[in-house]
Amino acid sequence: MATILEDSKYDPQRDLKVVGSNPVKHDGLDKVTGRAKFGADYFLPGMLYGRTLRSPHPHAIIKSIDTSAAEAVPGVKSIVTRDDFPEIDPGTVAGEMTRTAMAREKALFDGHPVAAVAATTDAAAKQALKLIKVDYEILPHVIDPVDAMQPDAPILHDYIRTKGLDEPSDKPTNITERLITEMGDVEKGFAEADVIVERDFDSKPMHQGYIEPQGCVAEYSDDGQVELWCCTQAPFVYRDRLSAILKMESAKINVQQSELGGGFGGKTGFYPEPVAILLSKKAKRPVKMVLSRNEVFRGTGPVSATNYTIKMGVTKDGKITAAQGHLVFQTGIFTGSMYFNGPNAMFTRYNFENIHIESFEVVSNRPKVNSFRAPCVPQIVFGVEGVIDELARKIGMDPIDLRLKNAATEGYTTVYGETLGPIGFVETLQAAKDSEHYKSLVKDGEGRGVAAGFWFNRGGETSTSMNIAPDGSVTIITGTADVAGSRISIAMMAAEELGIDVDKVRITMADTNSLGFNRVTAGSRTTYSVGMTVVDNARQCIDQFVKRAAEIWDVPEDAVVYENGECRPAGANVGNFEPLTIADITKQTTMSHGAVTASASMNVTGAGPGFGLHIVDAKVDEETGRTDITRYTVVEDAGKAIHPLQVEGQYQGGAVQGIGWALNEEYVYGEDGRLQNASFLDYRMPVTSDVPMIDTVIVEVPNPRHPFGLRGVGEVPVVPTMAAIGNAIGNAIGVRPQSLPMSPPKLLEIIDNRNS
Amino acid sequence: MAKKVHVTTTVNGDDYEYLAEPGQTLVDVLRNNLELTGTKEGCSTGDCGACSVILDGELVCSCLVLAAETDGKSVETIEGMADGDNLHPLQRNFLDLNGLQCGICTPGFLIAAKALLERNPDPTETEARFWLAGNLCRCTGYDKIVRSVMAAAEEMRGA
Repeated sequence: MATILEDSKYDPQRDLKVVGSNPVKHDGLDKVTGRAKFGADYFLPGMLYGRTLRSPHPHAIIKSIDTSAAEAVPGVKSIVTRDDFPEIDPGTVAGEMTRTAMAREKALFDGHPVAAVAATTDAAAKQALKLIKVDYEILPHVIDPVDAMQPDAPILHDYIRTKGLDEPSDKPTNITERLITEMGDVEKGFAEADVIVERDFDSKPMHQGYIEPQGCVAEYSDDGQVELWCCTQAPFVYRDRLSAILKMESAKINVQQSELGGGFGGKTGFYPEPVAILLSKKAKRPVKMVLSRNEVFRGTGPVSATNYTIKMGVTKDGKITAAQGHLVFQTGIFTGSMYFNGPNAMFTRYNFENIHIESFEVVSNRPKVNSFRAPCVPQIVFGVEGVIDELARKIGMDPIDLRLKNAATEGYTTVYGETLGPIGFVETLQAAKDSEHYKSLVKDGEGRGVAAGFWFNRGGETSTSMNIAPDGSVTIITGTADVAGSRISIAMMAAEELGIDVDKVRITMADTNSLGFNRVTAGSRTTYSVGMTVVDNARQCIDQFVKRAAEIWDVPEDAVVYENGECRPAGANVGNFEPLTIADITKQTTMSHGAVTASASMNVTGAGPGFGLHIVDAKVDEETGRTDITRYTVVEDAGKAIHPLQVEGQYQGGAVQGIGWALNEEYVYGEDGRLQNASFLDYRMPVTSDVPMIDTVIVEVPNPRHPFGLRGVGEVPVVPTMAAIGNAIGNAIGVRPQSLPMSPPKLLEIIDNRNS
Repeated sequence: MAKKVHVTTTVNGDDYEYLAEPGQTLVDVLRNNLELTGTKEGCSTGDCGACSVILDGELVCSCLVLAAETDGKSVETIEGMADGDNLHPLQRNFLDLNGLQCGICTPGFLIAAKALLERNPDPTETEARFWLAGNLCRCTGYDKIVRSVMAAAEEMRGA
């Protein structure tokens, strides 16, 4: 039987019964009653409590660590430092991962773990931390990415040589890589333009802001087997990376994902987990570690700060002829920011012919950045879509019309080399133009802005299995973490394919010993990819139902059809047989033939790209600099909304995260290189009273490679948000801000300059 | 070590008696001593509301209350919100209207919303938004949470 990747095609005529409805999420009941178990909710007999000592210095040689006084604290059972981690060369991927978990030669950022203690009580562990003596030799530090690029900047790693330079240099540097992304001839394009706009922009790091701090329980058994319960977006990736840094076989590390209390990219890499494993190994008891909010802010991945310039040219009739970018991405202390997404996505959604982008990735004394929805794209789109708005203004064209005139369509080959299939950007722009919001008058004293965004969407390695119980009920085992309710959408696709009620399908989130490798939940890949494998699972099971029905009736297999959850004779000439439901078949044949099961492991391809446009109305208080978002509409192509309420939730959540990034959220460092606002009080995320209802328009231009036509929807909703708000603010106060966040002090400065 | 404090309290109508460290917070005791882990701890500084409980009728962040302070008082947590198999209208509306995604903030929102509706059965959307401003959610953008609360309020007024 061909796999679904080979024979699956979207069928527009298909009559869908489950897909497109809004059943209650299967994980919902436990979440409204308090029974759902998150990372911090696991307990084991004999469990110890682990705590981490963190460097107060952003850059310092660790000369020595004395744990003797801490070891004497009653209740302390184990202490872990750099000496307990296997030696791995710096400058390698594993070398940098192990140095993220625990500082080795140097402490590299404020909050870098230096030692950890496990004790019978949390209080004893905390007391012991105070008695660990660390002798630091403080070094000069650098936080700002542009500062870090200067020739006289402190060098943070002696092994970095900039990759991608025209003339390679052997000098140590903080610039990890230079990348040129280009197509066509920008000089020729600018020569054809009637209007050229060039603007500088910058953004600060923001945090993913998940409400659940990292939490885990690790148990290292005497035979060297590790059991790890943790909140993660990537159980299999955690396993394999833990294997690399702890030098253990992957099969000896079993990672059981808990419910995940938000990740947004921030739980794609581990923090306390390897430390908890080593504490447990030394103490010979299970160890629980839960980070405090202060540790989450200081020690886990914020997003890349950026400094960049955008230059674009347009003809009088609205053809954008050239697009140029010079981009600097701060990656934190180690490379791995995925900054290349920025140049690949920043202009993609338009049919530009002439593009030239030069990008740099730079290290500095901050935690290594971690992914956040559409990593390294929204903060650049903030500038791109601002320049496009300015071009539209200068040639006197409606901003959506300018975007429509330059919109990419099927057949356009992107700057990263992909030729686009059927996409929904034009339909999205048209739906935005036709929306009640865009057609309404802007209220007095308010400004309106629009901005568009794109994300590739991903597929990747995915494994699932399906087991039909003797009573005909269906269980599915998945290993790609559910971060916001993908389970129900997956169950719905399985139910649709099997022709049964969604309540007959239950999903179990596998531990890593129970299933083949699954890639991280990231890049809007989960519902798409897992949807593919479970439909494949369902088709394999249906094949078996048909075979068994044919055997029961003693007719050829092609005389049996499967429809609406039952096998029926293909025609009257086959014989007069009552239809057999799944339960009829499994009850009669499980004992003789074994259970009906199916499994699928594949590298899922064909994820259709996603596009969105946001419309924002905003009001700026010119005395305080505060911005109020008064109306917000997200228009986005979902391909096909499997569970429309879930899709709307992705749109709304992305928009409000972007509102925070646009107006308030930033990491504030002191001169001493220490984070000044490591709490929810000082790092101000949007609360209920800060935002309006978020209206949504779900556009559906089916992805032809998926049986139900779906595209991922998780990343796009945050991509254009800050740009759209920036354009709305620009429209309200007459000057378009160029620096994120557009916080009150910055807007007051803009207003003062405007007035003087 | 400081002497432990003897605490007698009711949680969701059940009698409890335990010894607490003098500095131990209510959320710590609920989760770690009483194993009522439905109450979540997101910040420990009273800023996220994930640990919201009702203490003698008042909405509080249980990370800002010492367990010793609850001696003789009654505590309501998410585990006591449903009446047996009958979900509270807030719980049912959160499910029906998809007022939750990851679910980590959900117990806190439900408790806070319950406290709101006990005090103000007919809140405006603005009143609901300001009352719930002490609870952080990072997934939903609040839209469906507010709609769930307003729908539950309407249903409860009609009941």
